[in-house]
Amino acid sequence: MATAAAAAAGRARRGSPMYSKELTSKKRDEFEDILEERRLSSDLRYAMKCYTPVIYKGLSPCKPNAIKSAVLRSEQVQYVIKQLAKEMGESPDIIQEEATEILDEMGHRMQLGAVRFFAFTLSKIFKQLFQRVCVNEEGMQRLQHAIQEHPVVLLPSHRSYVDFLMLSYLLYTYDLALPVIAAGIDFLGMKIVGELLRRAGAFFMRRSFGGNRLYWAVFAEYVKTMLRSGYAPIEFFLEGTRSRTAKTLTPKFGLLSIVMEPFFKREVFDTYLVPISISYERILEESLYAYELLGVPKPKESTSGLLKARRILSDNFGTIHIYVGQPVSLRTLASGRISRCPYNLVPRHLPQKPSEDIQEFVSDVAYKMELLQIENMVLSPWVLVATVLLQNLPAMEFELLIEKTLWLKGLTQTFGGFIEWPDNLCAKKAVLSGLTLHSNIARLVDGHVVLNDKGAEDGAVGEIVFRHALAVLMCATYRNQLLNVFVRPALVAVTLQMAPSFRKEEVYSCFNFLRDVFSDEFIFFPGISLKDFEEGCFLLTKCDAIQTSQQEIYPTDKGSGTVSFLSAMFRPFVEGYQLIFRYLSKEMKEAFTEKQFIPGVRNFVFQLLEKGSTQCYEALSSDMQKNALSALVQLGAVKKKKMPNGFTYNVNQEAVSKILDMFDARIPVQKPVAARL
Amino acid sequence: MVLPTFKEWIEKTFGASLEHKTTSRASLNVNDVPPSIVNEEFLQDLRATKISYSQDAEDRVFRAHGHCLHEIFVLREGMFKRIPDIVVWPVCHEDVVKIVELACKHNLCIIPFGGGTSVSSALECPEDEKRTIVSLDTSQMNRILWIDEKNLTACVEAGIVGQDLEKQLAESGFCTGHEPDSMEFSSLGGWVATRASGMKKNIYGNIEDLVVHIKMVTPRGIVEKNCQVPRMSTGPDIHHFIMGSEGTLGVVTEVTIKIRPIPEYQKYGSVVFPNFERGVACLREVAKQRCAPASIRLVDNAQFQFGHALKPQVASIFTSFLDGLKKFYITKFKGFDPNILCVATLLFEGDREKVLQHEKQVYDIATKFGGLAAGEDNGQRGYMLTFVIAYLRDLGLDYYVIGESFETSVPWDRVLDLCRNVKERIVRECKEKGVQFAPLSTCRVTQTYDAGACVYFYFAFNYRGISDPIHVYEQIERAAREEILANGGSLSHHHGVGKLRKRWMKESISDVGLGMLRSVKEYVDPNNIFGNKNLL
Repeated sequence: MATAAAAAAGRARRGSPMYSKELTSKKRDEFEDILEERRLSSDLRYAMKCYTPVIYKGLSPCKPNAIKSAVLRSEQVQYVIKQLAKEMGESPDIIQEEATEILDEMGHRMQLGAVRFFAFTLSKIFKQLFQRVCVNEEGMQRLQHAIQEHPVVLLPSHRSYVDFLMLSYLLYTYDLALPVIAAGIDFLGMKIVGELLRRAGAFFMRRSFGGNRLYWAVFAEYVKTMLRSGYAPIEFFLEGTRSRTAKTLTPKFGLLSIVMEPFFKREVFDTYLVPISISYERILEESLYAYELLGVPKPKESTSGLLKARRILSDNFGTIHIYVGQPVSLRTLASGRISRCPYNLVPRHLPQKPSEDIQEFVSDVAYKMELLQIENMVLSPWVLVATVLLQNLPAMEFELLIEKTLWLKGLTQTFGGFIEWPDNLCAKKAVLSGLTLHSNIARLVDGHVVLNDKGAEDGAVGEIVFRHALAVLMCATYRNQLLNVFVRPALVAVTLQMAPSFRKEEVYSCFNFLRDVFSDEFIFFPGISLKDFEEGCFLLTKCDAIQTSQQEIYPTDKGSGTVSFLSAMFRPFVEGYQLIFRYLSKEMKEAFTEKQFIPGVRNFVFQLLEKGSTQCYEALSSDMQKNALSALVQLGAVKKKKMPNGFTYNVNQEAVSKILDMFDARIPVQKPVAARL
Repeated sequence: MVLPTFKEWIEKTFGASLEHKTTSRASLNVNDVPPSIVNEEFLQDLRATKISYSQDAEDRVFRAHGHCLHEIFVLREGMFKRIPDIVVWPVCHEDVVKIVELACKHNLCIIPFGGGTSVSSALECPEDEKRTIVSLDTSQMNRILWIDEKNLTACVEAGIVGQDLEKQLAESGFCTGHEPDSMEFSSLGGWVATRASGMKKNIYGNIEDLVVHIKMVTPRGIVEKNCQVPRMSTGPDIHHFIMGSEGTLGVVTEVTIKIRPIPEYQKYGSVVFPNFERGVACLREVAKQRCAPASIRLVDNAQFQFGHALKPQVASIFTSFLDGLKKFYITKFKGFDPNILCVATLLFEGDREKVLQHEKQVYDIATKFGGLAAGEDNGQRGYMLTFVIAYLRDLGLDYYVIGESFETSVPWDRVLDLCRNVKERIVRECKEKGVQFAPLSTCRVTQTYDAGACVYFYFAFNYRGISDPIHVYEQIERAAREEILANGGSLSHHHGVGKLRKRWMKESISDVGLGMLRSVKEYVDPNNIFGNKNLL
């Protein structure tokens, strides 16, 4: 009962559910290829075109430097400067000086010249790299209206460095105001390029500045000043960093809460949040990511590194799809949810810790935006191929692969996935073209498709495992694009294979457990577990895979194929988590840091793979390892403590084994069950 | 008076056309009026007191409403569900005592009625009131009882109307200086009961500053103080239970109020600012330096254009030429955008010399904020506009235009945000509710204080094509109030709560605060004789 009540309360509080059942039949806009025109006319003329973007109606134009000095003079920053001066017994001038330096390090210097330079060079590069860059033009029109009406925040998905270059390029092409972009400070390490980016509108934030009050104040005020004045659309990545796995990362809240604050304080009438989904048929950094996940360190951003990357220019990276979602009005989202009192009783320039209400709201909005991104991510045929292939290693008959791919296409569409099947290509051609584009991952040998793990045939066992893991992880990057669409029905399917019985309450309780365990792995809107469960059941019923009676949920004869396919799809996660949990419960007796944990668990899994006692290559992924650890922290089985030099972890052995037992369904249902199931 | 540009303005602003006209009913249909139900025993007792009374339908309907838009609309098109059963006209404090005693004896409901200018639904009779409703009209208690020149106070019966009070005091060379926009009709007792504010509060203060002593008749008896002193420390000031009680506790019968010698000299003035932001900044500075003239108001661009449209036909070609020249100077030479600029209107009062000095000080500040002196005429017209606007609403109703004003008070740092957001909210809500033409949504900063300002909004729209305009109007007004509260504004600066804004009281003064007020009501009026259901 308690669950039902809590779930019902959650619904009431959070308003309408996130994923509606109409989603599957949702109409989406048509795409246009913007490179087509670039291939037909002069890039130089394009770069020099008359650029008069539409701007915010209330904008009083000003230069980047004027913004900086407005920030320095602002009550907000001055307040913090005075506070710090008092606490540290220093003169405010010194701290003011420090603030100026921070601003200079941070601030962008958008210049039309730099923009034109980028317009020209990016035209050349993009045409070289990509076949097509497809954009939903209606989305661009909606964005154009939004920009004039209220301050706009662009929230693109983050899979590649190409993301923000492409987005600015796009806005330039459509004569829209160029965004200012929150970029990681590491870009500044790149000589020339960093400065160029700065002139194209990038501003730079340090990776972590939680403890530095001055930095926080200056940064927040800088962003808010630009937002309030409608100076330019503000762009940042909710995911915080590029997803190395192509799975959407759980959102970061800091910047989002900064851009929402002017509305909370009613300094602006409204703010538009625009989710943007950028999907790559082939991700530029795919092999870099795979190496990185396996612990071969990421090269530091450097200009020479960039130059070395030039050779990728000769490669083909297929099509990019950019779907600019419907601008979401923050005012509409907030209506009825935010109590106004806290902001009315304190001067607005004082730094104020957001109330719990607000924090929860920010988190909900972040998840909502990510779900909207996911909804409009384009899935290419190759994504389906990769998914099928990973379940049929080491080799799969070509004809069977085609057949299965076609079947999966149907299933994906039933689940609301957004598939772009180029020019109504026949299935064989579509699969073939995918294989050609991704020849570095898989290839066709004697009518069979195999993973391209070159160098794995000979060499030491360790080398073979590493090579194979590399290929699997790269392939998984594409399968992963399907996961967020499938996660709700698939977790029900996994549950049906795990749960001790088909009794609804047991199935739900098991689903709930998996949802908690995977809460960092996949994107779930917080607090609506029951809704997710119902959604999953609904979709499975829709494709005739399960049936429900008064008390039970069970797979149909016809649907057992679907159910086992879906659970196989998520098996790497179920097995991988079990491996990692086993490692933690057995090996980690003492406090450890993340730096100790990752190599440790990697070695552990590596040995098992060498011995052949597991086939779960994905457990080598540092992304999964971190997620699994943080899941345990959230489940209370691992204690996370802040130490002067980072975090340390302590395993509660008993709790972890209990969770492991849950995976084996050896623990009977404990949770009270929703009455309305 | 001919207003040459007014028609054009109306058509441009509302999309209204003078061809589309609605007509109001010429007279009251007596058959629609709810019957008067009065117990015969009470009538006998009442007759014995010799207090005049009436059960006439027209008298009763007249006292069943204030001046809210929906009330006016009902008057034009329908009938109130509940109106007073009887109207009584006491002529003095003792009469009121008798009436309240009778009401207690017979368990009747009394609703005090002063000038009838309420804009908070305060005068509406609760529909579910089963007892006889007695409308206690104070209009016959309108004498100045005495004037004390040594202490500069006057004791006045509460039914006196603002205009008469000033006229009669003027005969002795005095004034109160309290000039709410409604002063032609509103009464002294009404001011006290609603915590009224006057245009010239910068010199004379608001009603709470003006009042020295109040006598009120309640079901528990008479409440008053034992002396007439400028200030006392005797626990919470009981005047503050009375001021703003909105007729829920008793009837204010006599008030001792401060008076001042009539000022020697009065001068209007006006300043044009390039935009509203600069104007507000100037007013803030004036407030900071505590040199606000008797009145200083800042109207936004839309209201400036409205005022402009009301400009009478000019007397000669020369004045019209002069107007053109001024306009040229301001818009072309000074670069003010006529669609952005805004105007402050000023009223100075006092010794001639001091006024001129004061005037210079204020204009000097204005100059610092880009303001240009724009003449006395514009200032005077600005103040006229306030009085005219209530009449214009009736005119608008004939042409499918409905409108209303509402007010709030807000800290200085939030004035701009509040003005912008509330206006925008109104425009948005109109669009969402299917209003075909963009509404008039305008504001003015109408009073300045040390810590903030009072802001007044006007809002009107053309309701052609909307089946239930009053409902739409009320939804929009409610949304606007929500917006005000979300922007850190108050529920009301001086209009009061009545029944119109009751739903926000708890949020405004907290549970405990509401409980404090309730406990006063319970002690003073346990049987809810003063049952107009305002405020709580």
